[in-house]
Amino acid sequence: MSTDRTRGYRVFQGINAVILTGVVIVTLYPFVNIIARSFSEERYIVGGQVNLIPRGFNVATYKLVVSDPMFWTNYRNTVVYTVLATAIAMVLTTCYAYVLSKKHLRGRTFLIWVAVFTMIFSGGLIPNYVLINSLGLTNTIWSVVLPNAISVFNLLVMKTFFEGLPRDLEEAAAIDGLNTYGVLWRIVLPLSKAVIATMILFYAVSFWNSWFTAFLYLNEGDMFPVTIYLRNLIAGATGAEAAGAGIAEASAAAANIQAVTIMLTVLPILAVYPFVQRYFVSGVMLGAVKG
Amino acid sequence: MSATLDTAELAEAGPRQDRPRRARPGTWRYALRRDWQLYSLAVLPFAFFVVFRYVPMLGNVIAFRRYEPGGSLFGESWVGLRYVRMFLNDPSFWNVFTNTLILGGLTLLFCFPLPIVLALLLNEVRHRKLKRFLQSVSYLPHFLSVVIVAGLVMQLLAIDGPVNQIVKALGGEPAAFIQKPEWFRTIFVSSEVWQTVGWGTILYLAALTTIDDQLYEAARMDGAGRWRQIWHVTLPGIRPTAITLLILNIGTFMTIGFEKVLLLYNPLTYPTADVITTFLYRMGVESSNLSYAAAIGLFEALVGVVLIVSANLISRRAVGTSLW
Repeated sequence: MSTDRTRGYRVFQGINAVILTGVVIVTLYPFVNIIARSFSEERYIVGGQVNLIPRGFNVATYKLVVSDPMFWTNYRNTVVYTVLATAIAMVLTTCYAYVLSKKHLRGRTFLIWVAVFTMIFSGGLIPNYVLINSLGLTNTIWSVVLPNAISVFNLLVMKTFFEGLPRDLEEAAAIDGLNTYGVLWRIVLPLSKAVIATMILFYAVSFWNSWFTAFLYLNEGDMFPVTIYLRNLIAGATGAEAAGAGIAEASAAAANIQAVTIMLTVLPILAVYPFVQRYFVSGVMLGAVKG
Repeated sequence: MSATLDTAELAEAGPRQDRPRRARPGTWRYALRRDWQLYSLAVLPFAFFVVFRYVPMLGNVIAFRRYEPGGSLFGESWVGLRYVRMFLNDPSFWNVFTNTLILGGLTLLFCFPLPIVLALLLNEVRHRKLKRFLQSVSYLPHFLSVVIVAGLVMQLLAIDGPVNQIVKALGGEPAAFIQKPEWFRTIFVSSEVWQTVGWGTILYLAALTTIDDQLYEAARMDGAGRWRQIWHVTLPGIRPTAITLLILNIGTFMTIGFEKVLLLYNPLTYPTADVITTFLYRMGVESSNLSYAAAIGLFEALVGVVLIVSANLISRRAVGTSLW
């Protein structure tokens, strides 16, 4: 599109700039506010005086949260769950996507439908809950890392990517004596670093952020991921307020701790975000080529 | 796979050893001999789907059977439509059903069109770096855990939070928004918009780049102004994307955002906040009425399927775009 220099269009550009600035402010404001709160003294928060800049700058609450051994246990759990779940997810997804990308394979359509159908219809909360209980996975790490091991969306992205690889290369490798496993490991995977990195990011972020499976299946505090730690803080706050009385002190202290915990939980995401964001975008585009 | 699987034969056969005199091309036996290594790669993922996706689908039979905690996955004895009748006669069910429709409807109403608008606006930004910055900022909330989002919402709406600061500055009385049923829908939908709108623009922005510049030229030749170009060229250009996303949104209509509801609601806001999934969570997991909850869950899933299938059908008939 070349630009028209009409007056109406310039007015539009002005309005557009205002709207988009508004979008940026609205998007970023909660972050800035939470940073300010996390570094503020409680009395300023209670007074409703903390906005964009910390008042009564201090790191006391950070020290408080960091000195809670449970916080660290849960934080470490999140790391462990994320790494293990991502590893399992990558192995399963890669294997299945590779198989599905072989157009000559008999039964391929059936295998694809097995996966895609689960996007349209799923068992639902209760049967899943019963299943995990029946398998005896409750309160084990497996209840967190297994039930969501394959994301069909990621699977289709990888399948599309594998389909785009040159077939001749694989055939040549097969003629040179590599079997299917060898072809996948030595030829296909090295060519797929970009998509593998993207998939790892997709999975890692979703496992890092997940809370509901852990909430359903884990009962012991020292097994919780940090999302549940934070959730319990929030629930505690609503609980206290819902009770009606004594809102002031109880929830204000909680508010300060909440702010700090939110900061510490979101930090890894914010730290890697600028570097990884574009991979996500390209991954989504790739997935959109063939839904 | 119900192929006639001769394991001894498979173990003998090496990779890519075709022996056409024993198995003709096009048969399962031939396919298995030739591709058994590929099939072996599919075994574990396939087992995953069977165990964690299809067994729960079958597990829905407990909606029609009496389930006893610790008993069989598929229940103990048939009870027919007992649980279905139970929820159809349950006033709380109708309350959560209505809430689900309203929350889902409002979410669809705002979260579907706003990304289109934002994408059109972003598309008009000529400055490359600025555009990239705007996109990065607007995607950011998508990467946060719903727990974090709930935490941010609580902080913003707290008695001493920024929203109440504004209310006070305007001379109003600070309110505990999170405990007022009349505010729940607004809170839910706006936080949903905050989190999803930027990310939702991705596919539209991609679709916009594929529109042929010549179409704009032609439209200008015909005397179309900026607005008419958007109306006659841009919007038709992103229509397939929009319809695909609309169908998908309709498909998740019933379950949308329930994790956030679970995090944000409390007994005071149940009248407007309680949705089917949170209700069946309390019924099933907290009160152990698993069969009853499964019946409701099955109903919810069926409504979801009917919605997505009919949306797909309508869109195929009306505009020729469909998911399958």
